[in-house]
Amino acid sequence: MNEVKKIEEINEDISWRDITPGGVAPWAGGAETFTTGDWRTMRPVLIEDKCTGCLLCWPTCPDTSIIPTDDGKIKYDYDHCKGCGVCVEVCPFDAIDFVEDIS
Amino acid sequence: MAIRERLSGNEAVAFAMRQIDPDVVAAFPITPSTEVPQYFSQFVANGQVHTEFVAVESEHSAMSACIGAEAAGARTMTATSSQGLALMWEMLYIAASMRLPIVMTAVNRALSAPINIHNDHSDAMGARDSGWIQIYNETNQEAYDSLIMAIRVAEHADVQLPVMVCYDGFITSHSVENIMLLEDELVKNFVGEYKPKYSLLDKEHPVSMGMFDLPAFYFEHKRQQAEAIKNAKQVLIDVQNEFAKISGRQYGLFEEYKLDDADIAIVIANSTAGTAKDTVDMLREQGIKAGLLKIRLFRPFPADEIAKALSHVKAVAVMDKAEGFSAAGGPIFVDVRSAMYGKADGVKVINYIYGLGGRDVGVYDIKQVYDHLQKIADSGQVDNLYNYLGIRE
Repeated sequence: MNEVKKIEEINEDISWRDITPGGVAPWAGGAETFTTGDWRTMRPVLIEDKCTGCLLCWPTCPDTSIIPTDDGKIKYDYDHCKGCGVCVEVCPFDAIDFVEDIS
Repeated sequence: MAIRERLSGNEAVAFAMRQIDPDVVAAFPITPSTEVPQYFSQFVANGQVHTEFVAVESEHSAMSACIGAEAAGARTMTATSSQGLALMWEMLYIAASMRLPIVMTAVNRALSAPINIHNDHSDAMGARDSGWIQIYNETNQEAYDSLIMAIRVAEHADVQLPVMVCYDGFITSHSVENIMLLEDELVKNFVGEYKPKYSLLDKEHPVSMGMFDLPAFYFEHKRQQAEAIKNAKQVLIDVQNEFAKISGRQYGLFEEYKLDDADIAIVIANSTAGTAKDTVDMLREQGIKAGLLKIRLFRPFPADEIAKALSHVKAVAVMDKAEGFSAAGGPIFVDVRSAMYGKADGVKVINYIYGLGGRDVGVYDIKQVYDHLQKIADSGQVDNLYNYLGIRE
């Protein structure tokens, strides 16, 4: 049995002998390497001119995919944003467009 | 020096829990296991243990709390019976599959309906596929000893699985028997300190538990879990040998009673094994070569060892204190007969369902089974494969 040290070692080649007991993930922040953005069918797009930087959208994101920027506004982590649209709903300034994601 | 005492089964088990001094106990009262957490909570109130006692609102919550505590790195114990065990069902599988070494006392009681508080094995037998290790116990002494050993088996690096220590409701749980207890210090040293490899409270080594597992990985986790419960057999052997050195009491995977030269034998679990031993003695005095195999470790099932132990007899009756409703024999029968297939083929094997809902089974009831076996051994013919002991026809 080899002890799993990194998330990359748990892939579809791993033997039952080496997989971690009970599916424990013995590290923190594993979600960073596991991109889930490709589940998305709708994409939120910031309309820079309308955004006031109020950040009301930021705490509502279930996937912490809204990242505050140095200019006081936000950007999206599209590797993890699943396009739920909650941020679009809560924005008081209609500053987030919601478009079909065809990429 | 061992301590000579007289205790009920529940008292003995609560006493063992005091000596083990687990980090967390979460339990909900249900007859006939109620006394276990009741006595233990007195030890908590008296400051005799360091345990966090969690009084929960149901058995589902009890097992859920145990899972959370064990995942956090706490040595965790609980107790239940019957409907309580049934209500834990969903969480039993999660405890085993998350590889959390919780130790539970399961005081065996019939399942509803009709409602019945007395002993049979339908509760624990129903949980036999949940991934828990199961150890069945005949006496207060055996239950006390097994509970202490269960901690070591559960937490062993090759196992990491929960253990259910089973004994008969009222018959064992409430009957006071002579017992030899170990000193506190001896038990403390035997169980040692719990050092889980992964725990949620280990902030230096953060982990995630209870992950979502897709088809690419779930099968590998189950295969690994199967290996862990397979390992439990050898670990139990080793722990029992070590326990013998401190207690003078040597246990096996099962107990053989006058089985060596037996022509006819029964296989039986828990307290009725004691009754059946009296029947064996009575028959032996009459020159009948009767023997007995008492189930101890039932999950994992020591199939090869049991087949070998029964290979020389002419006829065997496997006794089940649970119906099973497969219409093809009770749970112990199915496993024993399957184990013997190809390994002890000449032996005639029959099944008896007995004692459901606490129906009393005495020495002469068991004698009827041996009489039946004698008839089969003499004739070489099995008349009835599936039988009910003492049912009103």
